[in-house]
Amino acid sequence: MTSLTDPPKESFRLGMLIYDTRYRSLTIQVVALIGFMIFAAWLINNTLVNLAVQGKSIGFGFLSDPAGYDINQRLLDYNSQSTHWRAAFVGLLNTLLVAFLGCITATVIGVLVGILRLSNNWLVARLMTIYVEMFRNVPVLLWIVFTMAILIETLPAPRAFRGENPEASMVLFDSVAFTNRGVYLPEALFSRGLGDMPIFPDRDSPACQPTEDGSVEDGCGVFQISLDLILILAVFGAGLYGSSVIRKRADRIQNQTGDRPTTWYLRLGVVSIPTLIVLAALGFHLGYPALKGFNFQGGTYLRNSLIALWLALSLYTAAFIAEIVRAGILAISKGQTEAASALGLRSNRIMSLVILPQALRVIIPPLISNYLNLTKNSSLAIAVGYMDITGTLGGITMNQTGRELECVLLLMLVYLAISLTISAVMNWYNESVKLVER
Amino acid sequence: MKKTVFVGALAVAGLSAGIAAADTLADVQARGKLNCGVATGVPGFAYTDANGDWQGFDVAVCRAVAAAVLSDPTAVEFVPTTGKTRFTALASGEIDMLARNTTWTFSRDVDLKFDFIGINYYDGQGFMVSKELGVSSAKELDGATVCIQTGTTTELNLADFFRINNLSYEPVPIETNAEAQQQYLAGACDVYTTDASGLAATRASFEDAANHVILPEIISKEPLGPLVRHGDNEWGDVVRWTLNALIAAEELGVTSANVAELASAAGNNPEINRLLGTEGTLGEMLGLDADWAVKALSVSGNYGEVFEKNIGETTPIGLARGLNAQWTSGGLLYSPPFR
Ligand SMILES: N[C@@H](CCC(=O)N[C@@H](CS)C(=O)NCC(=O)O)C(=O)O
Repeated sequence: MTSLTDPPKESFRLGMLIYDTRYRSLTIQVVALIGFMIFAAWLINNTLVNLAVQGKSIGFGFLSDPAGYDINQRLLDYNSQSTHWRAAFVGLLNTLLVAFLGCITATVIGVLVGILRLSNNWLVARLMTIYVEMFRNVPVLLWIVFTMAILIETLPAPRAFRGENPEASMVLFDSVAFTNRGVYLPEALFSRGLGDMPIFPDRDSPACQPTEDGSVEDGCGVFQISLDLILILAVFGAGLYGSSVIRKRADRIQNQTGDRPTTWYLRLGVVSIPTLIVLAALGFHLGYPALKGFNFQGGTYLRNSLIALWLALSLYTAAFIAEIVRAGILAISKGQTEAASALGLRSNRIMSLVILPQALRVIIPPLISNYLNLTKNSSLAIAVGYMDITGTLGGITMNQTGRELECVLLLMLVYLAISLTISAVMNWYNESVKLVER
Repeated sequence: MKKTVFVGALAVAGLSAGIAAADTLADVQARGKLNCGVATGVPGFAYTDANGDWQGFDVAVCRAVAAAVLSDPTAVEFVPTTGKTRFTALASGEIDMLARNTTWTFSRDVDLKFDFIGINYYDGQGFMVSKELGVSSAKELDGATVCIQTGTTTELNLADFFRINNLSYEPVPIETNAEAQQQYLAGACDVYTTDASGLAATRASFEDAANHVILPEIISKEPLGPLVRHGDNEWGDVVRWTLNALIAAEELGVTSANVAELASAAGNNPEINRLLGTEGTLGEMLGLDADWAVKALSVSGNYGEVFEKNIGETTPIGLARGLNAQWTSGGLLYSPPFR
């Protein structure tokens, strides 16, 4: 017998998983995870069994079949013989278009309203409050339907533009027509244009056989890019770059000498003159819409459905953005304003130079979620017959093929991808405006 | 061991979810109500009257089935469905049957896994335009804006028709008949196209019905009929033979006026006797009462009576029997014999 005893060896007992605080949280997590996995397995199994009972199987082959339906607004060449894939893609582009336009206008309106709501002018501030409360507190679907109803019921039908003494007439020197089917604007045409470049063309397909003027048909290639547009954008971009070089030089001179050289005419010239020269070389002219048959022909046609959706989504989201902007501005301490005015800055310069740059840090994170909301809300498009991806893939394709599971899965993936992309871009922007701490 | 219990439990849970939907007749009887999918609102076919009761040609089929199965023509839960939601509603079991101007097509039958139990209206797709436009043929519609219900056969026919005839058009996709009507009347589309019967019904509700014409071209075959899910043949038989009973009753001269009298005792026409259950056991074979057909016929009479009351020539909709006359009067209606 030794008098010295070892400290009792701690042996592991099962009860310790629950009673020992060192293990307890781990135990709970493992149990929760297993529970979740059982639930997920049950859901999947249930789905598969039920599909089997209905005699359906899962597969994506149907997406390569001809879609059979037409889509009115197509940013890509598409007809009823194209595949469901292509229909989905045309819908996706429509979703992206309305989301992009919506985010821009919502931001512009939202920032304006947010600032004006803090205005010292009683009337302006109250009006902005009314705007925000009105739009924030009514479901966006109602706004969409309501906007569409207004467009349809108040604007004249194309046939009202007809006849000797038409009831309605075009505006802006007969170049723009507002009808209850949409707005027809002049379009850019090029008499000496470079044509379109087919991407991934199949040289053997009939659509790709050059016609007399050397161009190919719309159906050639996966899609086609307008060379004119690329050229103009390239020249314009180069001009902007040149202009920024001039600005940097001016900054440098100002830093060294204290005097800023006048550069606005140089910068304007660098941007506009080359672009104008290219436009003239391409034979730029405007094509005006004209009433022909049932509808206006020619010009750019902004459909009612796009306008209603765009407008309603922007106005609705802008109400939220306005509140975010207001909160962001209020988050900057009053001392900043006072200090800036003590330096002799005028109030609009205080806003743009001192307050907003700091407020952006507070504004951007919730702004991201509003962009995401707008994008996801755009899936209400079918209420006004706008053919977004929910309308094509999640609507007609799903309905005509009966592939609910596949279509909804794809749709979810698409929205997830769009949302993650928007988040990534905005987070990157957020990083770049973050306060640099020393 | 544990694992097998787990997998077994999953399998049972999955199976019971699947099987629960397979005996619709028992489900309906246990529930005491028939869930019947109808249109959201098409005058004459499925609409709610001033009292909020559902009425119409398609609604009558639901009521007849409810009467045959539950002895109560009002024991129906009407579920309004759009062109897009109707098939999901049926496949998921939300409704027991669908009676909503639905065209019997190969892919709906075979690929979407439904059973069309018959045809209650032989139709075709037409075009409606305002007279003001001066259009007399669908071939003159080049460049027109066309209102079209999404998720329908008519959407696909429209695309084919314009492509084959080398015409251009601008589709305006729409979800319900009511929206289509609003857009069409406001002139947001030049043309409304759907089943000709639907056009006639929609036009009848216009204030200026006389200013609108239905063009002569019928561009498709649209056999409309009620449908049920694939795989529950007993339930399919109940719905099929209820519709056949309405059609056969007209052929045999059984009407709402004389059905009670004819059913009180066996007469000397054996087919009428079998239909009305005074002879033979047809009702029992269906799992219903012997007088199931009597109940179905007592609701609003035979097929001809239902037709005349809801959409016939005496109504504002004013559809002629045409193809929908009995085969004995030159139409296509032909019920298999009750024997
Ligand atoms: N028969 C076609 C079209 C059916 C259809 O949608 N018809 C319209 C017009 S008659 C309708 O019933 N609409 C009902 C509603 O809007 O609820 C089909 O089955 O796809």
